[in-house]
Amino acid sequence: MLRFITSRFLQSLLALFLVISATFFMVRFVPGGPFTAEKAVTPEILRNLEAHYGLNKPLWQQYLDYLGSLLRADLGPSFKYPNRTVNEILLDKLPVSAELGGISLAVALVIGVTLGTLAAVKRNTWVDYVASSFGMIGISIPTFVVGPLLVLAFAIHFGWFNASGWYTAADRVLPALVLGIAYAAPISRLTRGGMLEILHQDYIRTARAKGASETRIVLRHALRGGLLPVVSYLGPAVAGILTGSFVIETIFQIPGVGREFVNSAFNRDYTLVLGTVILYAVLIMALNLVVDIVQAWMNPKVRLEG
Amino acid sequence: MSTTSAPALAAALSEPIEKGNSLWHDAWLRLRKNQLSVFGMIALTVIAFACVIGPVLSAYGYEEQNLDLGASPPSGAHWLGTDTLGRDLLVRLLFGGRVSLAVGLSATFVALTIGVVYGAVAGFFGGKRDAFMMRAVDIMYSLPFPIFVILLMVFFGRNIILLFVAIGAVEWLTMARIVRGQVMAVKKMEFIEAARSLGFGRRRIIFRHILPNIMGPIIVYTTLTIPGVMLLEAFLSFLGLGVQPPMSSWGVLIKDGAEKMEEFWWLLIFPGTVFSLTLFSLNFLGDGLRDALDVRSSKD
Repeated sequence: MLRFITSRFLQSLLALFLVISATFFMVRFVPGGPFTAEKAVTPEILRNLEAHYGLNKPLWQQYLDYLGSLLRADLGPSFKYPNRTVNEILLDKLPVSAELGGISLAVALVIGVTLGTLAAVKRNTWVDYVASSFGMIGISIPTFVVGPLLVLAFAIHFGWFNASGWYTAADRVLPALVLGIAYAAPISRLTRGGMLEILHQDYIRTARAKGASETRIVLRHALRGGLLPVVSYLGPAVAGILTGSFVIETIFQIPGVGREFVNSAFNRDYTLVLGTVILYAVLIMALNLVVDIVQAWMNPKVRLEG
Repeated sequence: MSTTSAPALAAALSEPIEKGNSLWHDAWLRLRKNQLSVFGMIALTVIAFACVIGPVLSAYGYEEQNLDLGASPPSGAHWLGTDTLGRDLLVRLLFGGRVSLAVGLSATFVALTIGVVYGAVAGFFGGKRDAFMMRAVDIMYSLPFPIFVILLMVFFGRNIILLFVAIGAVEWLTMARIVRGQVMAVKKMEFIEAARSLGFGRRRIIFRHILPNIMGPIIVYTTLTIPGVMLLEAFLSFLGLGVQPPMSSWGVLIKDGAEKMEEFWWLLIFPGTVFSLTLFSLNFLGDGLRDALDVRSSKD
């Protein structure tokens, strides 16, 4: 098990290094720099600005400097917000995105697992059909259609919620619901598939023969195995919720990391772009690692294959 | 950009099925019983056909403005209404469909080509080469690819060819995994040994003997990749990074509609419905094909 974790950890580190390097060189080779938009910058001031941020050094030197400061967990100064560091900006925005992502994931899991389990237990009844159609609809209608539709209905027409903003608890409802439903759909399908397979197993029959109640069989015996496909989907789901939040944060005007990332790319704010990409990559890889470990813990077969 | 590529999907899918041997015939019979898949096929054919023919027949051009008219609700002259610049929404929707479908098909083609070749090579050779290639795929899986696509689109001008390539380059990973697994299963069969003993080259064995035998999973997964690709295109266009106005695509129209829905609901409802219906149909068709061809894919 330790060997398994170590090898996955090293693999994540390698991937992280690749992400950092690829992004670093990509942002440097693009046409246009962070200061091109500013009007009336004399060549002299431009030189001073570049010297201030170390942009006049050779590229490899900048790359090594950047890697060095990363080791000290310093993402550097922002180019567009003078006086602010990337660390400050991201720490400012991260709690918002984390809250949105966390609630959405909880919504997705609760709705998805409940519907999927019901569909599997009541296979080929109307419950199954309703739950399965919900899954298909949820997969097919994108968040950027569902989001505006819900705003149109519940914020503008009925006036129950604010159409945008992130101030009161009620402001969390629509964004988290939109993002959560999008991932509840695949989770419900995976749960249904996994549960159907498990409910046919011998050990379930044994439990039945011993007279365990149906609820106990489902909750105690079947769910652990039946949720395996869901656990392996959690990695991609979390990554999707993170990037999905770009759209949600745009629609609902939520001051999170996603919106900042898109803006920073437009502004050519190199360090902020890099910092955001690194933040996302670290989050996604850490979660993937956790998912791998949980999966290994749940399923000895995966653990042994390493 | 090809305008015939949209119905080519329907043609490509139905051709071997109708004329082919009994396996494809059986699959076709099974698929025909699946009402939702049949519905999907019909809906796709109608949408694709309308997108190809519609803009030609229409009295309006997709970028033809009528500023005096402005935004108007659906009427006899403009069946789906007009946008704030007085452009006919129906024509923009159909023309945008051409773009969205073309992106969907071309990017899927890129993903298909890379994925099949990569997966087939890894699966066929096995051993260290396979281990190395698949570890590379594992690592790429954990990269935040949509973020890279966003960066590419922001930095290198929003170029539609780049869009195809970028999306295709993201979506090939799963195809590679599926093809590799299938190739590993098929290559151990006797007829491959027979082909080897006849002295056929490796390339010939891979492309002439193995790949035709794993067409089922490839077709199924291709059908399921198209909606994913179209979603990514619309996602980028929604963020203002994909197709640029006055060009039209479903993502562009939905973005426009979402901005103006408070006053002009039709600008959101119609593009949203058509786009969702298309994704819905593709997903159902893919699901039906999976059942009909009895493919156990690793997707779910």
